[in-house]
Amino acid sequence: MSARTAAGSRGKAAPLAPGHEAVAVKGWLGAHKWLLARRCVQFAILALFLAGPWAGLWIVKGNLSSSLTLGTLPLTDPFVLAQSIAARHWPAAAALTGAAIVLLFYAVVGGRVFCSWVCPVNVVTDGAAWLRRRLGIKTGKVPSSATRWWLLGGVLLASAATGMTVWEFVNPVSMTHRALIFGGSAAWLVVIAVFAYDLLVANRGWCGHVCPMGACYATLGRVALLRVSAAQRSACNDCMDCFVVCPEPQVIRPALKAVDGAGPVITFSECTNCGRCIDVCSKNVFRYAHRFDQRSA
Amino acid sequence: MSPTPSQPGRRRFLNGAAGAAGGALLLSLGAGLTARQAAALPADALRPPGALAENDFLGACIRCGLCVRDCPYDTLRLADPADQVAAGTPYFQARKVACEMCEDIPCVKACPTAALDHTLKDIAQARMGLAVLVDQETCLNFLGLRCDVCYRVCPVIDRAITLTRRHNERSDRHAMLIPTVHSEACTGCGKCEKSCVLEEAAIKVFPIALAKGMLGRHYRKGWEEEAKAGGSLIGDQTQLPARRPDDAPLPRGVLK
Repeated sequence: MSARTAAGSRGKAAPLAPGHEAVAVKGWLGAHKWLLARRCVQFAILALFLAGPWAGLWIVKGNLSSSLTLGTLPLTDPFVLAQSIAARHWPAAAALTGAAIVLLFYAVVGGRVFCSWVCPVNVVTDGAAWLRRRLGIKTGKVPSSATRWWLLGGVLLASAATGMTVWEFVNPVSMTHRALIFGGSAAWLVVIAVFAYDLLVANRGWCGHVCPMGACYATLGRVALLRVSAAQRSACNDCMDCFVVCPEPQVIRPALKAVDGAGPVITFSECTNCGRCIDVCSKNVFRYAHRFDQRSA
Repeated sequence: MSPTPSQPGRRRFLNGAAGAAGGALLLSLGAGLTARQAAALPADALRPPGALAENDFLGACIRCGLCVRDCPYDTLRLADPADQVAAGTPYFQARKVACEMCEDIPCVKACPTAALDHTLKDIAQARMGLAVLVDQETCLNFLGLRCDVCYRVCPVIDRAITLTRRHNERSDRHAMLIPTVHSEACTGCGKCEKSCVLEEAAIKVFPIALAKGMLGRHYRKGWEEEAKAGGSLIGDQTQLPARRPDDAPLPRGVLK
């Protein structure tokens, strides 16, 4: 009951906020379930990395580029390793094993699950998108969302041409994570730059259009088993809330509207499996499903 | 839905693709150029033991910091983007903290990509840099004192640094013991630079590419070739008869 009143007052304070209907129907917690889960996972992973340097509790060493858990489990970012291989360095077994494990994991849970559930920059760009929406900022110019694919190829070419892991000189993702764990001040300028870019220049600009690391993980999305399904799509009341909160809104329509007889599963590789559409839908249209689950109503 | 002709759609697609490709390739080019610029290693930054040659290292290191974590003496650190060293790569500055030359070389073992060469098993074979006595004007031993600190702290004492005796021209009655670095034994650990008692170290460890000269590839040292061949390669010098007027004086040192 108290949750309902709280939700009601919130809805009144910002009547246009997407998800206010869902909050009214499901309560605030119910309408932010996956968002909260995602933030918990993001901060839990960060806490695991920080437990070592801050508390001397060495569960995970290293950073998102490569890490070692409990002294045995290596995990390596496939994109940085691809750059290294393009630069004609054949890595040692630990890095190759680590990348294989990561590839396998994200091939199951959805490539860009890294982006929405792990990446530290996600918090920054989600924040920028939220603020942009709240302030009603419409300025700027959004680059083509294909930019990231070209950048993915371009970075690998540049790595081959220079013999260096080129993107790591500018990569905001690894820089942010490194700054969090190993300290360093200048990396925060990069974070501010990404925030400003997403706030003032391009809505969902960095993660949704530019980041080649996300593009690399998205390639796994083509086979990923875990997907979001618009299973109850007949219940859709066209409130558009899912389109507003979705970081990759172009992925929703075919599944939701059965365009050209499309099934209910969102198969676009760009979908990050963030689950915000599940949260904000007051009609419970969406749910997590597997790729071959074609049940719909 | 509306019956639009395919042509404008295709044109829009091509325009979009060209824009995306152009923007992305420009960004890659920018990143590539940034990388090239940022790749220069400053003279006081040393790589961990076993690091590949700088250019190869920048292709192999994925900047995970596992070497930093396994360094028991907190010698290594990852470069901040504001540092002059390529952001996120491990390095140390000898004057601040020198490498302790652990026998089991934990930093090398920790490296997942072999940017630190795993074939390095003997830390004495590490070549992190090369010590150079850069300032003979302030080095106390060059002033005729017996400081010797760099020599005493050297973990490869009497091989990487030796003391060479030289006559002290100033006093004309003393000897100077000159610290002399030998590149075939110096690991570049930085202990000498760290311990130099001067305000600014007179002996410094530089990356090898900066510190080391190179003879022309075709150069041969006559005395080495002679030792190898067991005798002079050009044979004994031919004694030619001196032709001169009978009354001309002999050059100095020539016996009749």
